[in-house]
Amino acid sequence: MRKLSAVLCLVLLCSAAPAAAETMLMATTTSTEATGLLDVLMPQFAKDTGIEVKWTAVGTGKALKMGENCDVDVLMVHAPAAEKKFVEDGFGTGRTEFMYNDFVIVGPKADPAKAKGGDTAKALAAIASAKAPFISRGDDSGTHKAEQGLWKAANMPLPDKESWYVSAGQGMMETLVMAGERSGYALTDRGTYISYEAKAGANPALVILVEGDKVLLNQYSVIPVNPAKCSKTKKDLADKLAAWVASQKGQQAIAGFTLEGKQLFFPNAK
Amino acid sequence: MDFLFQGVRQAIALLLALDPATFSAVRVTLEATFLAVAGAIALGVPAGFLLGYIDFPGRRLLRLLVETLLAFPTVVIGLLVYAFLTRNGPLGDLGLLFTVSGMAIGLTILGLPIITAMTAMALESLDPDVRRTILTLGAGRVRAALACLSEVRHSVALAVVTAFGRIATEVGIAMMIGGNIKWHTRTMTTAIALETSKGEFAQGIALGVILLSLAFVVNVCVTALRRQGAAG
Repeated sequence: MRKLSAVLCLVLLCSAAPAAAETMLMATTTSTEATGLLDVLMPQFAKDTGIEVKWTAVGTGKALKMGENCDVDVLMVHAPAAEKKFVEDGFGTGRTEFMYNDFVIVGPKADPAKAKGGDTAKALAAIASAKAPFISRGDDSGTHKAEQGLWKAANMPLPDKESWYVSAGQGMMETLVMAGERSGYALTDRGTYISYEAKAGANPALVILVEGDKVLLNQYSVIPVNPAKCSKTKKDLADKLAAWVASQKGQQAIAGFTLEGKQLFFPNAK
Repeated sequence: MDFLFQGVRQAIALLLALDPATFSAVRVTLEATFLAVAGAIALGVPAGFLLGYIDFPGRRLLRLLVETLLAFPTVVIGLLVYAFLTRNGPLGDLGLLFTVSGMAIGLTILGLPIITAMTAMALESLDPDVRRTILTLGAGRVRAALACLSEVRHSVALAVVTAFGRIATEVGIAMMIGGNIKWHTRTMTTAIALETSKGEFAQGIALGVILLSLAFVVNVCVTALRRQGAAG
């Protein structure tokens, strides 16, 4: 028994959670957490406003669902079409667009499908006609929704029944690892690719083939949950977050954030 | 391969540096696990006793159901508990979603069938002569029941250790109900899932090594308790 209580005491001593006056819950996407952006932004927000944000990082689909179910007070997501519907349906009070990052198409260095170039639609058509393996997130995340939109924009049916189209149902990094193992192509946010590249060492299995195309821009916004649907939601705190990320201070913090020495997110609040 | 060795080295470094994020995850894991194991013992041992010691109509069917629940997928348990705890759900007012207590509820449901089934099985396989002997020695029904429970205490301890192992290493419920919130509901397993999704494989292995060490310490404690019980 003495041993057990010793363990318990040790554990209790280590409970050093930072305390703040007010807290709210945010549902966000995996990219903001996995890149480490929130670990930099949220402490600054807490310092300026005294509000502690607790966040759970899920796919955009699940984040929107959590907003509908009143589980969180605010969302930070990137799927403009689904967001607009969320706000139109009365679940959110409005979207504050505040930053973007971009997607890139990656694939094997040898590029057997000849997808390399500046044009997304041409690249996707090349992958489809070569029947080269394409690894999709397949998890209803913001990136997955963006990928579906790109097939549509390229005037092609979604190839989800094709044998070369693999629906991974996993996070971005897992999807990239899978694409690398199978010498396939994938759509990814640049941040996750930079992490992947940094870990892969001198000779990464995947390289960037398409980048800089306008359709590859990925807009993020903050949406406070609507108190008309969720009476207990902390709209005043959520509004403060929306205002802060769009403020000069917030925008500078976003521009100053780097991963492996590279800027990932670009502030663009109006 | 390299990340395996690097992971073990990193585990030692995290422990030596008393890394606050790691210790927070250890604390959350222990809190949720101890709450859940306590809940599963409190409900599971009496339930197992009913199923293994007392004869009543429908007992076999109930046993079958409990044993089926051993295969309850953890993500489904997570979804079920979420349906109750979401702010608009029947228990939403309690504010248990994204809390350690909420996770513990889901984890209790995970551990309950293990303790119930293993307790019931141990009592059933107890030699009927033992029970008869106790009764002929003049013990009342209650004392006889307690004596039988005490006879199977080692099996119950094994059930508790098994449930502990399942609960401490579970990831679906912890992710769904806890939400993997840093400093609050991030457990060892959800932290491992996050590190893996970040591509930090070595860090994931490091946390795995720490979780295994934790399980080792708990098992040492349980064994020591059993030794003491056997001696006394």
